Amino acid sequence: MSATRAALPPKRQLADTGDRPVDRRRGSTLLRHLAVVLAAGLLLVAVSYAVEPFRNFQLATVAAYLCATAGLTVLTGLNGQLSLGHGALMATGAYTVALCQNAFADRGMTGGWLLPLSLGAAIVGTVVVGAVVGVAAARLRGPYLAGVTLAVAVVVPALAVTFDGVFNGEQGLSVPVEPPPMSLGPYFPYERWQLWITGAATLLALLLLANLIRSRYGRTFRAVRDDEVAARLAGIHVARTQVIAFVVSAATAGLGGALLAVLAQSVSPGAFSLTLSLFLLMAVVIGGLGRLTGALWGAVLLVALPDLTHSATELLTLSPAVAQRLEGNLPLAIFGLTLIVVMIAAPGGVQGLLSRLGRALLARWPARRS
Amino acid sequence: MDRFVFLTIDGLSRGAVYAAFALALVLIWRAARVVNFAQGAMAVAAAYVAYTVSAATGSYWLGFVVAIVAGLLLGALVDRVVMRHVDHASPLNPVIVALGLVLLIQAVLGMVYGNEFRPAEAPFSRTALTVGGVAVLSPYDLFVFATIGVVVSGLAWMFARTPVGLRMRAAAFAPEVSRLLGVNVGGMLTLGWALASGVGALAAMLVMPTELGLHPHAMDLVFVSAFTAAVVGGLDSPPGAVVGGLLVGLLLSYVSGYAGSDLTPLAVLVLLLAVLLVRPGGLFAPVVARRV
Repeated sequence: MSATRAALPPKRQLADTGDRPVDRRRGSTLLRHLAVVLAAGLLLVAVSYAVEPFRNFQLATVAAYLCATAGLTVLTGLNGQLSLGHGALMATGAYTVALCQNAFADRGMTGGWLLPLSLGAAIVGTVVVGAVVGVAAARLRGPYLAGVTLAVAVVVPALAVTFDGVFNGEQGLSVPVEPPPMSLGPYFPYERWQLWITGAATLLALLLLANLIRSRYGRTFRAVRDDEVAARLAGIHVARTQVIAFVVSAATAGLGGALLAVLAQSVSPGAFSLTLSLFLLMAVVIGGLGRLTGALWGAVLLVALPDLTHSATELLTLSPAVAQRLEGNLPLAIFGLTLIVVMIAAPGGVQGLLSRLGRALLARWPARRS
Repeated sequence: MDRFVFLTIDGLSRGAVYAAFALALVLIWRAARVVNFAQGAMAVAAAYVAYTVSAATGSYWLGFVVAIVAGLLLGALVDRVVMRHVDHASPLNPVIVALGLVLLIQAVLGMVYGNEFRPAEAPFSRTALTVGGVAVLSPYDLFVFATIGVVVSGLAWMFARTPVGLRMRAAAFAPEVSRLLGVNVGGMLTLGWALASGVGALAAMLVMPTELGLHPHAMDLVFVSAFTAAVVGGLDSPPGAVVGGLLVGLLLSYVSGYAGSDLTPLAVLVLLLAVLLVRPGGLFAPVVARRV
């Protein structure tokens, strides 16, 4: 008994790091991912018709957050770099999109191609900022990197207040967005249009990320995370790999921030505080580091938790002052507590638990049949 | 010139607080190899306890003592209940758990006390005394210098001269050997957390009246400044933390005095990046033989 157990490969390790055995699947990775994205897109369109406008808006918010959490998953989960500054990168994207859209509106320009152009500019802007931070980050380790990105997260909202000529201080900027095109019909709900925009952008970003993860670059990311010295011995340029990971992650965070700005139709420094950066990290850790599905769970949590606590506080009969205090802070407290418990009890997060459950079921199933 | 003197003294007074806070970070780093990102939030929690006690009894000093005691207890509690159970295999894990603590503590404070700013009273006047027409020290500055001086020299004495200090250093330096020699390593770790958290609470009590006042997020920027101070000194060196704290305090005072207070966060970031890129081990790091 003990001899056979010793001969078995260590399965636990797979469950904890979240890496799947690569050779299980055949066929083109790109085609498979394209198929998944296409299916998800069709499902999204179907859902957008099936649910009420408010749910559409919430789904769109999930999609925007998913952009940022997916990027952070690639950075922290696959490359092992901890960033507390992704809220600031989201702010960069959001402000870029706001400035672009305002510039277009001031010149009286209209057209369906303007928004993709602004989103592209937001990505370019965050890529530049991400490259600057990433070069610094590639030289830093663990707590030092966390400290620098923490400083970035604290400083960037302050910058928006300092240069209030451009960013309009605490008030922030409004983001003019055009209504849905007339070809969709005169009564097309605006929220559905928002879901389509954010959904399309996010699915595109996810497709690129998913392919990147399974490419040569994805392998070098993981190699650097697992053992820098070994990676260097294997001929991997460690610093370059870390900068690439940071830039990719920054680009998606910027897109996520830009999408949030488009959804809210405004940006202000208060929306991109340190708490948002911490929230993003919480979300990817609770969702499960190392896989994009974990990022999805995290994004869903980010939107669902405040909503759930709101409903919960409404059920209790509380004085308005107490209810107001609870509403802002209860989700934070739950998030913090969940994070601590998850880190101590189940470091794989939600996705880790699910896949462990799935594996356990799969392992039992053929045994029953035989 | 008057302005320069004033800014210098103001900077040193602020810097003394950063130094104490940085010292607290260094204490935990040396004992447990963890940068306690929750230290700001823990210190704010202790300050809120002090506020409650002071408001109930009308005595500032009772609140002051209670803050330090609350800080000590909170530090020990965090170590025993949370940090001890974290897997330290990856340096990310304790950092993430500390951030969870930040969210939890700030949210609980917000729920209990509300998210608005509360004025924090100073026990002494904050108007500067003038010497020969030049405004120099305020009584409060003197109080800050004296308190921090007592704490820093007390800690130095404890680590260098007392058996407990020796055991703490041994436990941090070589846990396995210390355990074999009969040192209660876990107890020393808890003591380290308690001391650091107590010093952090003291620093929070000293900085609150000069900065914005009492607020769940009041220490966010102070934490970043103190982290910078600790990094400037090298996370491993207590004297480095003190010098780093004073340097950061001076820099922030000059920047806010000559360029505008809005720019101080940016100045901290620039300093932090500059130090980390030029001398990642800090200014006081000994040259370590390269391990291959």
